[in-house]
Amino acid sequence: MGNITASGKPMGIGDALLTAILGYAVVFLGLVLLMAVVIIVGKAMTKKSSVPSENAAVKEAPTAAPAELPKAPGSAGGIKLYGTPERDAAMVMAIVADRMGKPINEIRFISIKEVK
Amino acid sequence: MNIVDTVSSLGEQSGFFGFIAADGWKNIIMVIIAFGLLYLGIKKEFEPLLLVGIAFGCLLVNISYFPGLPAELNATNALYHPELWDAFLDSSSEYYHSYGHIMSHGGFLDILYIGVKAGVYPSLIFMGIGAMTDFGPLISNPKSLLLGAAAQMGVFIAFFIAVLLGFTGNQAASIGIIGGADGPTAIFLTTKLAPELLGAIAIAAYSYMALIPMIQPPFMRLLTTEKERSVKMEQLHEVTKTEKIIFPIVVTAFIVLLIPSTAPLIGCLMLGNLFKETGLTDRLSDTAQNAMMNIVTIFLGISVGATTVASKFLTVETLKIVGLGLAAFICSTIGGLLAGKVMYKLTGGKVNPLIGSAGVSAVPMAARISQKEGQRANPSNFLLMHAMGPNVAGVIGSAIAAGFLLAVFGG
Repeated sequence: MGNITASGKPMGIGDALLTAILGYAVVFLGLVLLMAVVIIVGKAMTKKSSVPSENAAVKEAPTAAPAELPKAPGSAGGIKLYGTPERDAAMVMAIVADRMGKPINEIRFISIKEVK
Repeated sequence: MNIVDTVSSLGEQSGFFGFIAADGWKNIIMVIIAFGLLYLGIKKEFEPLLLVGIAFGCLLVNISYFPGLPAELNATNALYHPELWDAFLDSSSEYYHSYGHIMSHGGFLDILYIGVKAGVYPSLIFMGIGAMTDFGPLISNPKSLLLGAAAQMGVFIAFFIAVLLGFTGNQAASIGIIGGADGPTAIFLTTKLAPELLGAIAIAAYSYMALIPMIQPPFMRLLTTEKERSVKMEQLHEVTKTEKIIFPIVVTAFIVLLIPSTAPLIGCLMLGNLFKETGLTDRLSDTAQNAMMNIVTIFLGISVGATTVASKFLTVETLKIVGLGLAAFICSTIGGLLAGKVMYKLTGGKVNPLIGSAGVSAVPMAARISQKEGQRANPSNFLLMHAMGPNVAGVIGSAIAAGFLLAVFGG
């Protein structure tokens, strides 16, 4: 290694191949196990949150629909969405505002339609 | 007092004299390289937050430390002293692992470099990254973790090739981790395993991360069909706040128990994320992702740049590292894409394989490239949120890969 003192020791090709395969397997194993943990926790959370919501639905059934929330300051009328989920629409509006270099509350969106 | 002798002595002490002393030409080349890196960082906007600091550190060290000048001049004038760090790493030296020796004899950049050497800066940067990261897309689609794992392929292929090229196990591991496309992880592992390669590896890692928009798309188009790239993925399900709070705690406990050597990186990453998600520690989250992150980025950049001392950087090994780093990036991209294609087949065409390439980490650049290529094939395609899952999974995956290599070679 020229004038540099090399850290560690030289390694055989067989050992290196084995280490590489083992390393890749360990990364996969770690993340597969983590995936299982995340799925289990997610399912437990869904189960937990669905039980009270069912009870709540029974209790709240007779009550009247809540009044429409007031618009945020700076809102300029409602926007019509055609086949576009609210989440996608929010993303589209953020991207448009970013590209135009203007704050989102200074741009008025009339409608957003998904192009199939 | 002889005025001629005084002027002559001043001249011989100057850096300009250093350039014409023995091996001074190497410093000139390094200064040119520093200018080139500054140009890339400022004009071309290649990872400017870190590359500007690294380039300036490179400039500072190569105009203050000249191997051809008398040792006492370097001891007085230089900001970084490689010989002090050589003694620090030499088990036969009386200053082996002596931070006190560095503190008492070191220059400004030696002192800052202690934070790199101790693995403090990369871990703190991870805390900032954690505070800025939304793991929601990953929690809503845990299968993304498989793509993050597959995209670590380049780490181990580059490691193997590096051994074939004559690097030691420690050095090969440090070179391979460039394929994780995660700068702090690469710096963390290299300072532990092969500190003599730190400058070259850090520059290669950050340069390639900046070049991702040029490196990845050709392979994305080559390995996927128009039909695959056009796939529109289904809306992700909503993730509750409780899930987001539990996630960093569970991941930390699980990964650190599995591979303890990942504790500094995973621990800090998840602590930063917990600050963000609790909703009660906004001040801490804000500090982690802004003030602390900025301060540590300055320290990290300039002190990593300081390790590019001409006599250690201008070697054939640096060129090999640059080549191996590129190979590692490409192989990781291919690994992610192939796993994406497998998922496409297994799900009956519901997964767009382009999100696989985002598994190389490099948050959020790689996810943006997936979005761009997906939209190129189908203008109504929005892959960004879907690609963020593998993207943040790649951060965890590269930390696990680093932890494994540290466990194998760090003993």
